[in-house]
Amino acid sequence: MSALPSNATAFLQDADAVAAAIPDGSSIGLPPDYSLVAMAVVRALVRRKAKHLKLLGVPVLGLCADILIGAGCVREVETSAVTLGEAGLAPRFTAAAEKGALKIIDATCPMVHSGLQATEKGVPFMPLRGVLGSDLVKHHPDWKTIENPYAKGDPIILAKAIVPDVALFHARWADEAGNVWVGRRQELATLAHASKACYVTYEELKPGDMLEDEILAPGCISSVYVTAVAPAPRGAWPLGVLGVYGIDDAHVMQYAKLAKTAEGFRQYLDEFVLKRVAA
Amino acid sequence: MNYAKEELLACVIARLIGDARHVAIGAASPIPATGAFLLKQGNPSLRISLLQKRSGNPFTTGSRELFDLAGQGRIDVFFLGGAQIDGEANINLVEAEGKRFPGSFGSAFMYFSAGKTILFREEHSPRVLVEKVDFVSAPGWSPPGVERRGGPAALLTGKALFRWRAEKRRFLLESVHPGSGAEDLREVTGFDYDAPAQVPETAAPTEAELGLLRGSVAGVIAENYPEFARRVWVASRSNHSGAAS
Repeated sequence: MSALPSNATAFLQDADAVAAAIPDGSSIGLPPDYSLVAMAVVRALVRRKAKHLKLLGVPVLGLCADILIGAGCVREVETSAVTLGEAGLAPRFTAAAEKGALKIIDATCPMVHSGLQATEKGVPFMPLRGVLGSDLVKHHPDWKTIENPYAKGDPIILAKAIVPDVALFHARWADEAGNVWVGRRQELATLAHASKACYVTYEELKPGDMLEDEILAPGCISSVYVTAVAPAPRGAWPLGVLGVYGIDDAHVMQYAKLAKTAEGFRQYLDEFVLKRVAA
Repeated sequence: MNYAKEELLACVIARLIGDARHVAIGAASPIPATGAFLLKQGNPSLRISLLQKRSGNPFTTGSRELFDLAGQGRIDVFFLGGAQIDGEANINLVEAEGKRFPGSFGSAFMYFSAGKTILFREEHSPRVLVEKVDFVSAPGWSPPGVERRGGPAALLTGKALFRWRAEKRRFLLESVHPGSGAEDLREVTGFDYDAPAQVPETAAPTEAELGLLRGSVAGVIAENYPEFARRVWVASRSNHSGAAS
């Protein structure tokens, strides 16, 4: 962890500036569709033709991963699932997986959380119950089983500390001090704590310092962890921001339908990603 | 008496949940949610944590809280499905016959940690109910010495209800839903199972249960599963078939 950046948060112009700051080949930790996904940056990554990304689902992935995979930006995913929820299978992920065009490391949700929590605490691994006997253990390169040193004959699995290059998500607010507010989505704080860099787009900028506010502070991620923020009003669209706007279910349905074919997916990109449509 | 198949399945689920204190329900599970809310009508202290609840979600430390709760033993009942489920109650959510599925989610942990797991999959076919899964996302049982709080309790499909018998590591056919004969069932079930000489029919919903389902339960379910509620309680109100055909 010697290469940690200094703790002054940069204020970038927009989502495209964030996409430009994320190097090709980065491993990127991303939230699931229900939680503050930085979709504006995802579209900007497609526009800048990002390459060889490794996506980490915290703990699962959805629309953002499907778009990046379909657009050829992704080399590898580690995740507990990729799904469009009510809209069904993630079509570009499924097609790439079935063609063998994508390296997939299958995980299970709490092993991802535990791996990030290990990094957060600066320890090499975190033990977890369960999981033993799942074929996931055979295929995952970083999980090991040991004997519980405090008991006899008690095997237990370890999640190796996960250190993403980049944490990327959207927040309801950023403030002038560079703090961001994610409310109850506290697993995003863990992701930010564990990552080498953290980029956050926001709905609105609040004047002052949210850490001075006893009500807002518990939902904040301190600027210590935040590399840069950028404004992106409705930046989670077509996904949602709890309490501000909901998931645009009809749009996600439309995506699921179009992306069933490579042609349809191209058409979706032309219409909703490459043109920089307003949300 | 006319009822929808979803109503029958929800009533079975309510019985299977039994006297649990805390039920957690994953994404895209409207029938388990309906069963849990039906049970809650007679047992208001039953706690139901709906993972996909968009507003007023039960968790305040993000999605990892479900797993922390389960790890502590605070989740009595959980539901899992599978692209494949086999005769030893192993489930596969990853891949089969060249087809890729979404992935294992938290199954490899929840199957061990929840007090009991109800396996639920509406499709009852040899494609889904197989002798041996192609990939074990989560195992149905664990060897001695492996710490495991819970495991499968039952397997409910659109045609039948099986009980899991841990000591034999086999399913026992408990009842067949009205409209699907036990003879046919062996043909559409890819794994071998035990069965009594006379297989009872799954009990139909009572008038009282249907009243609750179509009243207060439908209202709660519509908030979180609007499409499902419309299909079961609005669109098909006029043509509920008596048998689950």
